[in-house]
Formats: sequence, C-alpha cells, structure tokens
Amino acid sequence: MENDKIKMTVKEYSEYVESKSAKSPIIKNIFLAFISGGLICVIGQIITNLCINYGIESKDAIIISTISLIFLGAFLTAVNLYSKIGKYAGAGSVVPITGFSNSIVAPAIEYKSEGFVLGLGANMFKIAGPVLVYGILTSVIVGFVYWLMLLVR
Amino acid sequence: MKIGKQTLKLESTPKILETSAAVGPKESDGPLGIYFDIKCSDVFYGEKTFEKAESKYMKAAIDNLLYKLNLQNDNIDYIFAGDLLNQCIASGYCIRDLNIPFFGLYGACSTFVESIILSSLFINAGYGTKVIASASSHFCSAERQFRMPLEHGNQKPPTAQSTVTGCGAALLVPHTFEKKVPVVTYVTPGKIVDMGIKDMNNMGAAMAPAAFDTIITHLKDTERKPEYYDAIITGDLGVEGTDILIDLCKDYGVDISKVHRDCGKEIYDLTKRDMNAGGSGCACMASVFSGYFYQELKEKRLNRVLIVATGALMSPISIGQGESIPSIAHAAAIENEV
Repeated sequence: MENDKIKMTVKEYSEYVESKSAKSPIIKNIFLAFISGGLICVIGQIITNLCINYGIESKDAIIISTISLIFLGAFLTAVNLYSKIGKYAGAGSVVPITGFSNSIVAPAIEYKSEGFVLGLGANMFKIAGPVLVYGILTSVIVGFVYWLMLLVR
Repeated sequence: MKIGKQTLKLESTPKILETSAAVGPKESDGPLGIYFDIKCSDVFYGEKTFEKAESKYMKAAIDNLLYKLNLQNDNIDYIFAGDLLNQCIASGYCIRDLNIPFFGLYGACSTFVESIILSSLFINAGYGTKVIASASSHFCSAERQFRMPLEHGNQKPPTAQSTVTGCGAALLVPHTFEKKVPVVTYVTPGKIVDMGIKDMNNMGAAMAPAAFDTIITHLKDTERKPEYYDAIITGDLGVEGTDILIDLCKDYGVDISKVHRDCGKEIYDLTKRDMNAGGSGCACMASVFSGYFYQELKEKRLNRVLIVATGALMSPISIGQGESIPSIAHAAAIENEV
C-alpha cells in the first residue's frame, strides 16, 4: 500500500497525521456536555415535581416527564433546532432521552422522500436501532445474572 | 502524446471557451461569493428532494454556460459529468433533459478535473468541437449518503470538511476558435494512493498523498518547477490536508508552499462555526475553478495554473467493512497563451 515517493510507512504516516490534525477541544466539549445534559435532566425533574405538586402519583409523574421530554426532543428536531443545539452540546444532548427521540425523528424526516414504507418506515430506526438491540440484549443478560444470584441465595 | 510516466501533452491545446458556476447559500456568503454566476439561497432549489435540487444546480450551471455563449443543446457534441451520489444520479437526471451524448464519471471529488481531462483529450483528438465538462455536489445529499441525517444533533471533529453545494461547468473547444482564452496544455491522470487512513472525518489526510504523487509526477514529466506556475490549485484538501501536502513535498525536496492554493480553504470563511477544515465535494473544485480561477486567468491576474482535484474513493460500505480510504488526484495545466 505504500507509495514509492513517500518515505513513510502506513503506520508512520498515520502517526504523523495524528500529530498534525487539529484535536477536538475535549475539555470544552465535556464541560458543555455536562451543562447541557444536566440542564435537560433539570427540566425533566421540574416537570416531575410539578406533576407531583398537582397531586399526581410519583410513578405516573415520572412517565409524564419522560413522555414530555420525548416530545420536546422530537419537536425541536422537527423545527431543526436540535441539530443546532447538538453542535454545542455534543453528548449532553445525545445521551438523555431527548437525544434518543432526535435519533428517531431525524432519519424519519430525512427518508420521507423515499416513501412512507421503504423510506421512512425502514430507516426510522437506523441510528436508534443499534441502541435498542444492544440495550435490550444487555438488560436480558443483567436480568439473567440477577435471577441466577437469587437462585444461589 | 504521452510524456514521462503519466502525463499527456495536448499538441493542439484545446481552449476553455467559457465556464459557469452555480452555488448554494453558504457558498454565496463565502469570500468568493461575488465570483459565482448563479447563487441560489434555497438548498432545495424549489425541488422536493436534495437529489433533485443537486440535478437542478447542474442544470442551472449548464444552461447558463450555453446562454453565455448563445448556444443550443444540439450544438454540444458530448458532455462529461459526474457527482458524488450512488450511480451518479444527479448528473444522470440532469442530463436526461438535455439531449446531449453523455459520459458519466465517478472520481469522487476529483471528478471535475477528470471531466476536464477527458473533454480536452476528446477535443485534442478531433472527436468533437464543443464538449462540456461538469461536476456537482450538494451538502445535504452527500450528508445523507455518507454521514448522518441532517437533523441529527451531533458534533464534528475539527478535521471534518463540509461538502460544497453547487456545480461548475466548462466548455472546451478546439484551438481554431478565435477567442483568446486559457488553454489546456498538459494533463496528468493520477494513480490511486492509499496511506491507510480510515477516518472519514479526515479526508484531507487521506487525499494529500495522492495530490503529492500527482503533482510530483506532473512536475517531473513536464520538467517544470513549481514556480513555473502562478498557482498550484488543489480541490479540497482543507486545512490539514494542505499542511500535509506541503510537508510531503518538502520532504521530497520540492517547495510548493509559495504557489499552493486550496479551493476548500478559500470557498468558506473558516472562522465561522461548522466550517471546520474547509469545503469538499466535486463542486468545490468545479465551482471555484469555474467561478473564480477562470476569471483570474481570463483577466491575466494568473497566467499559468495547475489544477489538481483530489478524490477519496471509498463508500460507507467499504468504511463499515474496515477498509482504508483509497485516494486519487488528477491534474491539468491551464495556461494563457503569450
């Protein structure tokens, strides 16, 4: 794969490129992610507390809060604001449930042009799909281990 | 006639009679905005999908090219064109309506110079008297094919580049045409070079070795020095890629830093957020050459340029399978006659 004119091996070249390339501002990104992710959680907590305040049971209040955040994520995606937030917030807006909502609505909007079934329907879970597959798989494994532990005890 | 290892000398020096460039909103707002013929502020260009919009950008550039010269579609012998989309649909659907014999090309971001090379060879051989070379790309259609949906909120690393929305088109004619315009003197088709880079967000690093290989080969074959050219113009190496290219040349004992320019670095204001390392895509070289550099040549602010467009020949499938990015660079020397 090496080039006769370049006096570097593939490995040397990749090290050289690594040293040359501008790095992502990690500290800044982490800080912004912490603030924005935390902010989304605070919004969730406010909704939950408000619900409890109005006499809704805490179990139901959490569900209402979750649904509200999912809606918020989807709505901000639809008005093309979530991607703009994401550029600053990074993982802070990817990890919370609003990010999950964004990852489903974004491809849904994008692939609508190929029709509702093979476009939108088939591609809606393109980004969220892997999260679901491995999330469910992990929970099954954890559940199984938990069950084994109960048996042993 | 072939000279040296890879270069072809065009004895009858085909002329680039006219060019035309159509670009989208971000490019119009950039530092080169005033040079483009058609500036559309709508990424959809009034169409329903981004793919159709890309076709329309190409149609606009070609229609404008013909309009500038007062020509009709049936005056054109052949058209060489390509884009980034699977099966080159942007070009295919655009040229469907034009009724001109068509060669579809895929050279990733190197397509424009590939089109120029083949068109000038056709003219040089006498196979036609009016041949169009064109290439297009579109930020939104490229994002959805190669990366994430647009509305997905994610961050890009600083080495990532932004695909240029637009199209450039050039009309090549035989030297017998009387108008005094820039001519194509030498062309150097490139070899595929792969230095093992796998990061789709660092195309500059993947393509710089290809640009280096082609530039050095061209200079050797033509026995020219870098200073012979007023500018050696690469397509879309961006900030990192440019640094790497200049370093590689220096290591080889050739200094191109004084004459090197990169369309990807010049098309956008890189201080703005999201521009990261600069522009990329077929339209980067196509629109910047057709809009800006061709004007500079015509007005004799530049007299001898080497255009080198680089392309990364990977797909999301090959990247998914863990392959590295094979890259290519094609070069064409375009000069004013004295």
